[in-house]
Amino acid sequence: MQQIFNFIIRNKNFLLFLLLFCLSILFTIQSHSYHKSKFINSANFLTGGVYNSINNISEYFHLQSQNQDLAEENRRLRSLLRNAGIKTDSIFIDSLSFNTVYKFYNAKIIKNSYSLTNNVLTLNHGKKTGIKQDFGVISPKGIIGIIDKTSKNFSTVISILNTTTRISAQLNKTNHFGTLAWNGKSPQYVQLIDIPKVAPLKQGDTIITSGRSSIFPKGILVGTIESFKLDIVENYYELNVKLFNDMTNLEHVYVIENLNNSELNNLLNGN
Amino acid sequence: MNNQVYLNTVRFIVLVFIQVLLLNHINFLGYINPYVYILFIALFPVKNNRLIVIFLSFLLGLAIDLFLDSGGIHAAACVFIAYIRPVILKSSFGMVYEYQAIKFSNVEFGQKLTYVSLLTIIHHIVLFSLEIFSFSNIILVIQKTLFSSIFTIFLIIIGTIIFSQKSK
Repeated sequence: MQQIFNFIIRNKNFLLFLLLFCLSILFTIQSHSYHKSKFINSANFLTGGVYNSINNISEYFHLQSQNQDLAEENRRLRSLLRNAGIKTDSIFIDSLSFNTVYKFYNAKIIKNSYSLTNNVLTLNHGKKTGIKQDFGVISPKGIIGIIDKTSKNFSTVISILNTTTRISAQLNKTNHFGTLAWNGKSPQYVQLIDIPKVAPLKQGDTIITSGRSSIFPKGILVGTIESFKLDIVENYYELNVKLFNDMTNLEHVYVIENLNNSELNNLLNGN
Repeated sequence: MNNQVYLNTVRFIVLVFIQVLLLNHINFLGYINPYVYILFIALFPVKNNRLIVIFLSFLLGLAIDLFLDSGGIHAAACVFIAYIRPVILKSSFGMVYEYQAIKFSNVEFGQKLTYVSLLTIIHHIVLFSLEIFSFSNIILVIQKTLFSSIFTIFLIIIGTIIFSQKSK
């Protein structure tokens, strides 16, 4: 017994180091698996509050460009309203059935991040507004990410610029679908994998969300094809997609709730 | 002694806020950010108990992680450099460290540069390996380590020069 105590006292530095190092590695591994990191996220009172108060100041510097984006969106929506019935290249393909299934919330990004390999954003609304896990997040120009953690007043978003994100997307022209992922290199490009070899691809084609998951409705803009090549086994295409969104300059976003979500999940899990 | 505690507490808080609110938004050339908060570990008094250094480094890293949603990568990197700090001190300052008489404001510039560079590079290697977390992207790890290290070392050296002049 004496020797055990002696050993602990002699190596106390190393043991403390080992303990804390393992603890940090544990946090890291947890943060890599979706929905598991419990303690270390920025949707808490302290960090959310700090980001919120700083954002109150810094948002004034971006007012002009944000106003332009919102005005641009208004213009697009107005032109859709006038030309209702004509199919156009935009989110609201079928505005009548669209509004009954999905509910939209306004939110503001108070912490943006795009230079890491696993980027997480913070929003200024949380449970109190009605935001819950697995809601989709879009900007006026296109897709942003998926809600992960929520607290009373804040929530975190797993950005599409995150190597763990997987979102179903398809070509606008045809119904060939694949998975959106990110290779961690450039914040302007994401990768669309698993597009079948027979799909007719052309540079500049538009990519939209496929609506196969219950998170995003069909037809939300993602980006345009920049380049494409066959993967190693030559059965599927790998596409480099240029995002419509400038992920480095985001402020106003919309959170989408699918009101049929629980019904859909019950159906899928029941079988 | 009390003065020391007060100074280090202030330094801790100020460095965390500078790092989180200012330096993480630089994104030079898209992805290069300096991580200057390790200055706290570098300047922590040498004479103090090593347990305290390791534990405070863990708290420092965790505070950064909380703000950046990065799991525990900063905490791990900080604990690592806090643990191996005596080895780096010995290799960069030699005999002066043995007598426990280092004052960071009046060591030679070359020695200080070696010390800060070693600390920064080791911290960044651990940090980016954990962040990217895959062997297939080892080039990206090296690339990020190299560029961010240069940026960090540059800022730390400038910072220490400015603050040591102020204290005279």
